[in-house]
Order: sequence, then structure tokens, then C-alpha cells
Amino acid sequence: MTSSTDKTAFWRGFRDGMPFILAAGPFGLVFGLVATEAGMKLYETMAMTILVIGGASQFAALAQMQQQAPLVLVIAAGLLVNMRMAIYSAALAPHLGPAPFWKRAFAAYMLVDNVYITAIADYTKRPDAPISARMRYFFGTALPACTAWYLSTLIGAMAGRAIPESWQLDFIVPIAFIALLAPMLRTLAHLTAVMTSVVVALLLAWMPYNTELLVAALAAMAAGAEVERRRGAQ
Amino acid sequence: MNYSAAEIWTVILAMAVGTYLIRFSFLGLIGGRRMPDWLLRHLRYAPHAVLPAMVAPMVLSPVAEGGSADPARIIAALGCGLLGWATKNTLLAILGGLIIFALATLILR
Repeated sequence: MTSSTDKTAFWRGFRDGMPFILAAGPFGLVFGLVATEAGMKLYETMAMTILVIGGASQFAALAQMQQQAPLVLVIAAGLLVNMRMAIYSAALAPHLGPAPFWKRAFAAYMLVDNVYITAIADYTKRPDAPISARMRYFFGTALPACTAWYLSTLIGAMAGRAIPESWQLDFIVPIAFIALLAPMLRTLAHLTAVMTSVVVALLLAWMPYNTELLVAALAAMAAGAEVERRRGAQ
Repeated sequence: MNYSAAEIWTVILAMAVGTYLIRFSFLGLIGGRRMPDWLLRHLRYAPHAVLPAMVAPMVLSPVAEGGSADPARIIAALGCGLLGWATKNTLLAILGGLIIFALATLILR
């Protein structure tokens, strides 16, 4: 009985994860394209995509590299974007905490936005599911998006050279960021964080090597958190 | 960009290890030990705080245009944002933003 529910859980996760191929696909394509266009080798692009699996952070690091920023700031920009994953990790810990260490260690590698969103919804809906089924659901839902991410980056990286410069493909990066962020604008606190970030970054644009990014990010996080604290939880 | 292979690999490996540790943090520690509320409250706004600061200069003073403002980019960025906000659909917003950019570039030049 348990093993059959486990198997069902994997495929249920797989099915729930399928739609995210549509989101990961184009994003990976563009990353592969822009990274090789900027001067990264095919294997460097693939290494980053496979080891990091974090589209927004990879674009962030790339944007810094295109401005020839010092390495510390390139890495800082990439990791700052990924700080939100600590929240995912904290939110999933009560659900996946009882699983063996190696499974949790492997799950952490695949903990991307859509996996978190899908998995937490399923765990909330089925609070009585055994830990083994929860783990299988997690891997089932992670598989389609991660595979799509690797493959689409590869295709983008290989096809990139065929595209002429006059197309201004670099503009896809800000467009992808805006498109990623706009659906996440739900509250006044979100809007405050976004506006603070833009205004501070533009006012401090004279700072060297994009260091204004760190100041703007910290100021915007503080502003968003403060609005949330005053208005109470959403 | 002009980095040595060693520098690019430094970025790749540092991001890989750093990102992994962020994801592993609480899953790795047993059970539901919680972060302090004030920290969670700040982290919730990390994407909203980091991405716009990167996007604004790319839209307003693009390197590709030699640092001068391009109205087509500004129009497309606003259109993409509105589309993404209204439809909650990232893919649609990307496509819409690019179409607006292509049209605006054609019309304004």
C-alpha cells in the first residue's frame, strides 16, 4: 500500500510540475543565448546552469559581468537574488525534516521557485501523507522544470551565434526580470520595495562597480518589511 | 566582458556553493527550527529589492545604446510590467514586452 502511494506521489508531482516547462524553457533559452553572446564558453554556461539552477541569479551575475564588475560584486549580486530560497528552505523544513539526510541534501539542490510553490501547496492539502510520499512528490515535481532548464540553456547556447547584434538581444534580460517580478506585485509593501529599489539605484548610479545595487537592495528590503510590519501580515 | 577562465569559474563555483548553502540551510537542520520573524520579513522582499535596482539602469541607460536613453526600451519595459501584473503570466509578459519593443523601435526610428 505504502509503496503504491509513493509511486503515485511521484507521478502526481511530475504532472503538477509539467506546466513549468513552459516557464523554464524560454528563460533557459534566453540565458544560454545571452551568456554565450556575452563571451562565456558553452561548457561554462552549462556548468553554471547545472550547478546553480537559478535563472534570475544567473542573469544578475551576467549583467554584472557585462559591466566588468569586480568578482566579489558579481557573486554578491547572484547570491542576493537567491536569498529568497532561504525562506523556501525554512518553509519546507517542517514537512521534509523527518526524511533521511541524503534525501534532504539532494532535495536542496533542486529547490527552485516553482518546486517550492507546488510542493508546499500539496503538503498543505495532504497533511497526513507519509514522509516518503512527500519526498517522492518533491522529486516528481522538480524533474520536469530542471530538465527543461538544462536542455533549453543548451539549445540557446548553441543557437546563439546565429543571431545578429542589431536585434538588441541584451534587452531580453531586463524584460525577463520585469516579467518575472510583475506577477509578484500583490501588496503595497511589494510596491514600496520596488519603488525604493529603483529610486535608490538611480540616485546612487554614480557609485563605482554597481555597488549601489547592494545599498538599493538593503534599503528596499527594509522599506518593504517596514510597510508590512505597520500594516500587519497579509 | 573580459574575464579569465579562472575568474569565470570562480563566479560559477562561488554561486553554486553559495546558492546550495542557502537552499540547504533550513532543510539541512532538523525539523522546524525557525528564523526570527524580522529576518523572514526582510527576506520576503529580496526579489522585489534586488531586481528593480538591476533593471532600471538597463532600461534607462543601456550599454548597447552607449548609455543614452532609448524611448523604445522605456515603453516596452512599462508595457511588460503592466502585462505581467495584470495577467500574472510571466511568459505572456516576456512575449508582449518584446513585441512592444520591436514595434516601438520600428516606429520611433
